[in-house]
Formats: sequence, structure tokens, C-alpha cells
Amino acid sequence: MNDVLNIRDLTLKFRGYTGVTDVLHGVSLNIQAGEKVALVGESGSGKSVTARIVQGLLQDLKSAQIKGDLFFEGHNLNRLSAHEWHALRGTSMSMIFQDPTSSLNPVFTIGTQFTEVLRRPDPKLSKVEAAARAGELLNSVSIHDHDRVLNAFPFQLSGGMNQRVVIAMALANQPSLLIADEPGTALDVTVQAQTLNLMHDLVEQSGTAVLFISHNLGVVREFADRIYVIYRGRIVETGPTRAVFKNPGHAYTKALLAAVPRITGGGIPDIPDTDDAFFEPMVVHNGGQA
Amino acid sequence: MTPLLSLKNVSKTFGSKNHTVHAVHDVSFDVFPNECLAVVGESGSGKTTLANMILGVFGQSAGDIVFDGQALPTKRSLDHRRAIQMVQQNPLSSLNPKRSVGSSVRLGLDVYGIGAKSERWALVERALEDVGLSPEFRKRPPATLSGGQRQRVAIARALACQSRLVVLDEPTSALDVLVQARVLRLLNDLRQEKGLSYVFITHDLSVVRNVADRVAVFKEGQLIECEKTSDIFEAPQQDYTRQLIGAVPVVADEEIQLRNTLTQGEKI
Amino acid sequence: MKRMIIILLRNPLSLLGVILVSLVVLSAIFADFIAPFPDHRGAVVDFVHFNQGPTSRNYMGTDLVGRDLFSRIIYAFRISLILGVVVLAIATPVGTFVGLFAGYLGGKVEFILMRLTDVFLSIPPLVLAIAMMGVLEPTLMNAMLAVTVMWWPWYARLVYNIARSEREEGYVLAAEVIGASNIHIALREILPNCLPAIITKMTLDMGFVIIIASSLSFLGLGVQPPTPDLGSMVAEGARYLPDSWWLTVFPGLAILIAVFGFNLIGDALREILGADQ
Repeated sequence: MNDVLNIRDLTLKFRGYTGVTDVLHGVSLNIQAGEKVALVGESGSGKSVTARIVQGLLQDLKSAQIKGDLFFEGHNLNRLSAHEWHALRGTSMSMIFQDPTSSLNPVFTIGTQFTEVLRRPDPKLSKVEAAARAGELLNSVSIHDHDRVLNAFPFQLSGGMNQRVVIAMALANQPSLLIADEPGTALDVTVQAQTLNLMHDLVEQSGTAVLFISHNLGVVREFADRIYVIYRGRIVETGPTRAVFKNPGHAYTKALLAAVPRITGGGIPDIPDTDDAFFEPMVVHNGGQA
Repeated sequence: MTPLLSLKNVSKTFGSKNHTVHAVHDVSFDVFPNECLAVVGESGSGKTTLANMILGVFGQSAGDIVFDGQALPTKRSLDHRRAIQMVQQNPLSSLNPKRSVGSSVRLGLDVYGIGAKSERWALVERALEDVGLSPEFRKRPPATLSGGQRQRVAIARALACQSRLVVLDEPTSALDVLVQARVLRLLNDLRQEKGLSYVFITHDLSVVRNVADRVAVFKEGQLIECEKTSDIFEAPQQDYTRQLIGAVPVVADEEIQLRNTLTQGEKI
Repeated sequence: MKRMIIILLRNPLSLLGVILVSLVVLSAIFADFIAPFPDHRGAVVDFVHFNQGPTSRNYMGTDLVGRDLFSRIIYAFRISLILGVVVLAIATPVGTFVGLFAGYLGGKVEFILMRLTDVFLSIPPLVLAIAMMGVLEPTLMNAMLAVTVMWWPWYARLVYNIARSEREEGYVLAAEVIGASNIHIALREILPNCLPAIITKMTLDMGFVIIIASSLSFLGLGVQPPTPDLGSMVAEGARYLPDSWWLTVFPGLAILIAVFGFNLIGDALREILGADQ
């Protein structure tokens, strides 16, 4: 199995004052090495919590009950100790979030934060070496003004710049998997377009697999090789991006695609925002799941 | 046709002598009755400042804002305030969490003295029905509503005042795809039913293409281009407009073709 | 509301708080019926039973003139609670309005009101109270006045901070665009959002007011004999430690129970109500 990530029957329940809430009802997905896979859904679909579970960030919550198999590069994540799981984060598995400026620590310079990232696999790395390495990484995201950027604080840089910095940091330790949670959503559309192109090129070059989480179908279409559509904690459709967009099989996917306004016009269609048909069983396209 | 709203050489500067920011620079455009004018721009384009001036949140540094033939002063009369209402982007913060939804909608009625006091709850319920919410929503706290429902309440609040012009600042940007579609349809239907005009501020060009009659493109406080929607998308005059259209993430093949034609293969 | 009560009672710590505070409040209200020797709250002497440790007749012993300590403590609860209620009933509204208008209106109003608040805040509370009591006659009324004067600025500051941040929220902008008056916005839009913090603080403050009042009477500046007060009882009894230990320990425990109880409820309220912040 050439899978970087393999999730089987993941269920998630939250225990609260009022009772138990089911969030994920058995989600399965896989990502092969070098693949760019998108997990598409609206708010409340469970896409973000899935990402957090893979990172091991949700397991600490006492109210969260998680079941299911998680395999990363062949290792069973559930069998790892918290310490071992932590060692993976930032090194073999990294994550970027929606708002780049708030994912960076406001009281430390970019350079300091880079050093922290680069020291994860190599704690003895000297500041000089770290700075040199950071410089190379900044070049790869088309930032050439190294001194200024490394000595700056996040609030001194634009959103687009911070987004590129965050991408550079995420790829610094050459992870096998990059999880991107709605990246670029906080950015202007032209900046977002540039950033996504950049990310696309970088991961192609480095062969990093990507789990791209988004609600924006347009962005997903341009970025992902394969997509999983998730609705209320269930995967409803999966397949190669082109195939799913050309011939959506599931009622929910059809609704989603029809609801996106087109720049060629056509008006806004009349679509229900919920429907029993959305709960129909999953549709799998050829080339969907290994 | 005489415009409903007219901005003439409007500018706004912020800051002190040493450090001035020209948020809006010498902007002129009209909004006609029964039309939806989209205001498009990225961050720093001045679109929010423009909205605030139209709404009377603060005054302009130069130029005139003319509504229905009268120049609007900075300190607005209640009649003027009633005529121009707002729908904000963030449905969560635009409703007071400690007041029921109906009570938020009723505020305008109380301030403008619309209807007799005993009738006002009925008017609130009617406004809620107009936006597709059942009257029993009146008593609910905002926290129990979904984003789409809250946004409908915000729209009901603007409508209840029987205004003529509504300024919508990214009204659907915080909403999910399917919910956005429903709210956009609702906005369209209401505009036509009630004969309203919209100033629809957004960064989302695909929404603009389908809701607006005319589009005003802003960049760094200046008006770059203001044309009919079909003209803007089929034959944009300015490079910046082309750039904006080229950057929109699209889902359909025809859209990709359109984008390619406009940007003629230039990589962004 | 019902939900709040259920949560309050479900958590063991907050349940404990509710029990303790109920004990205190009920004792204060029904003192006349609970106290075995109701007249001992006044000037009564009983040299047959004076300075005795806890017995079946006097559960907490007697003081130096023979009065039943248990009865006096129960009446002292009444005094402390009255003090707390009166102080908060005045300090809270005054402080709230100062903070509310300073926070919402900003500009000159903010400057004047908050600098005034700062002046009061810069004087250590107990010092201020002592200074006032030095000038006024030591009575319960004056003690309440002194504590009120030092208490309101804390509410002003609390509400000011909340009002300042709420004024940036969308619903305030919406009300301004509609054209609602400043008074309406401050009182009917912003104030309701300050209430959770105010209520939580009031509950916690009951405990603190009791301590401050006890400190004042410990120094002889508050309630005067023969009116029973927890602080003066501790002060008097301190001289006779460790022999007549009950004279200090029981009133001290009473203060502890009251303050602890209010603190526990206040903490629970902060979690329940403060979740909105």
C-alpha cells in the first residue's frame, strides 16, 4: 500500500450537557504519496475535525469519543503514544490554517519561528544554519527580501506574505503529508490565486501529499487530483476531480455544484439547502478509492 | 432617469498631518432606483469606508452624497436614516446576543415610529415571514439560529424599516454555498418585490455576475471602472478588472474559457 | 434560568457553595427562631455561664460576659449580609453607569469619568475606609458608606472594559445606523451584555465585603458593641488565645464559611454566564 494516509471508519462523538452528539459517522479516505486530495464540505460537515483528528489534536479533549483506524505511512496512529504522535507533527506531517497572520505567534519574529520549526527534527541546529535554511525556504515561496522578513513580526507583513511564510514553514522539514485547512480564505482573491498556484507547484516539486480541506469548489477544482465530498459527517461522493465535477453522482454534490454562481452568468438557481436526498448512500467514481 | 443615490467627488482621508491615509479618493457614481449596483474590490480598496459614508456612520472629507435630490449632511435626520439601511457581513455579531431576534428587528420600528406600538410585533412577524422565517422565530435568541437564518433576520431588520436603499456589505461571504444561494435568491426576490436598490459590496465576482445590474470596481480608494455587468465581464476595459476576473476560482469549463479569453493566458 | 440552576446544583463545588450560602442567608433571616438565646445579641450578662467552651447548652461556648456565641454569630451574619446588600445596591449601579457611559461614549466623557475612577482606585481600599471612619462616627451606617465609596470604581472599571469592546460589535453599529439614541444603545444594547460579568462580580463581592467589614470592625472602626459582628468577635477573642480558643475560632469559621460559599457560587456563575463573553 502506497498510502501516506489511510482513514477507515472514523467516528467522532462529543459528550455534552445535553447528551451525545454524533459528528462523524464512519469516514474513510486515503491519500497516496504525492497525491493532492481535497475534502469538500460546508460548515458542520466534519471536515475540520477530521483534519484535527489526523494530527492528533482532538484526542486530548475529554468530551471527544473517537473510534476508527488511522494509518500514517503504514503506522497505526492509534497505537502511538502522545509523545510519538507529537514527534510527527511539524516533521512528517504538517498543517496550515485559514488565517496565516493569526497562526503565527505575534510576539516572535519570523526568523525565530522558523528556527523553532527547523529545530523540530534537528534540535542542535545553530541559529546561523537555521537562518540560511530559512532563506532558502523563503526563496522557494518567492520571498527574496530575507533579512527584512526574517526580522519582522507577523503584523508587519501582509496577509499574502504571511501565507507564503506559513507554507514555507510547513514544508520546511519535508513532510510526507501537508494538511491545509481552508488556506487562503482570509486573503484577497488575487493573492489567494497566487498562493494556491505557489502551493501547487511546491508540492508537485517535493512530492508531498496534500489533504486540502475547503468549502470552495472553485479552488478545489484547480488544486486537487481527487476529491471527497462530505455531508454531515458522511462521505457522500469520491472520485477524480474532473470526473466528479463533470458528472456529479450524488444529490448533495449536484446541489453544491449547481449552487456555485458562474462568472458566465445564469442567475442563482433555486436549490434547497437541505434535502432527504442528501442522505443517500455514497457514490464512488472510478479511481476514487484504493 | 434620476439617480436615487449620487456620489459626487467624494473623498475620505484618515490620520494626522504626518500620516494620512486616502481611503477614498475623488469617487463619483450613481445608484438608480430598482437597481443592484455591485461594489467590488480587494482589501484596501475603500469599499467599507464608502459603505460607512453612504450609511452616515461618519462623514466624507470632501464631496457630496446626494439622496433623492438632497445632499445628505453628516448628522442624518431619522427620515434619511430610515431610507438607507444596512446588512452586515457577520451574522453572528450583527445581532445583539442578549436580545431576541424579534426585538432586534423591532428596533427600527420603535426608532422611526412605524405603526402603532400595539401593531409592531405583528409587523416584525410579517418581516420575518417575508424573509422565509416563521413568526415563532420572533422570540428566539440569535445563538439558536444558523448563520443563514441570522442573515435573514438581518435582512428582515433592514426591510422592516421600509427603506429605499440597502447597503449590503459582503452579506453572503460568511455563509455556506447552499445557504448563500438561497439568501441571494431571497435578496433578488425582495428587491424586485419591494422596488429597492442595493449597493452590494463584495469581493466575490461570481456572485456579482449573477446579482448585479452594474458593477463599480475599486482599487486603493479609486473608482477604476463602472459599467453594466455584462460589459464588465465580457469586455472589461481596465487591466485590474481583468486581473480580478482572472483570479476567481471557477467550477465550470465555460468559465475557464471565459477567464482564459480575458486574461489571454497571462499567468497571474 | 432553569438550566442555570441545574448546572449550579450538579457541580459538587458549586453545590457546596449553594449550601453554605443558604445556611448563612437562612440563619440571617430566621435568626430570631434559630438562635437559642436571641437576646444575647444585645447587652446581656450571664456570669454564671461566662467564658465556657462548647457545651450542650452553648454549642459554641460563651463569651466573656456569658453571651451565647452561637446566637451572636447568627445575628452577626445578619449584620454582614445587610452590609453587603446595601453596599452592593449602591456601588453597583453607580459604578456600572460610570463605566457604561465612559466606555460607550468615549472622548471627553470617557476621560473625565475614568480619571475620576482612577483616583479612587489608586487609594488602597482599606486605607480609604479607615480614613473615612477616622472622620466619621463609627457606626454601621458609616461603615457601609465607607465601603461603598471604595467599592464602586471596581464596577466602573469592569463595565468600562466590556462596554469598550462591545461598542465595536456589529449590533452596536446596526443600532447606530438605524439612528437609535446613545442612551438606548448604552442601556438596552450594551448593558445587557455586561450583566453576566456584573452579576458574577456581585456574588464574589459579597464575600469580600464581609471581609472588609470584618477588618474594619477588627480595628474597632465598624459596628460597635454590643452589636455582634464577626470581625470584632475575632478581635476580642484573639487576646485570649489559646485558652479560650472558641472565642476566635468559631467567628473565624463563620467568616470562612460565608466568604467561601459566595466565592464558590461566584466561580460557578462565572462559568455558566461567562460562557457568553
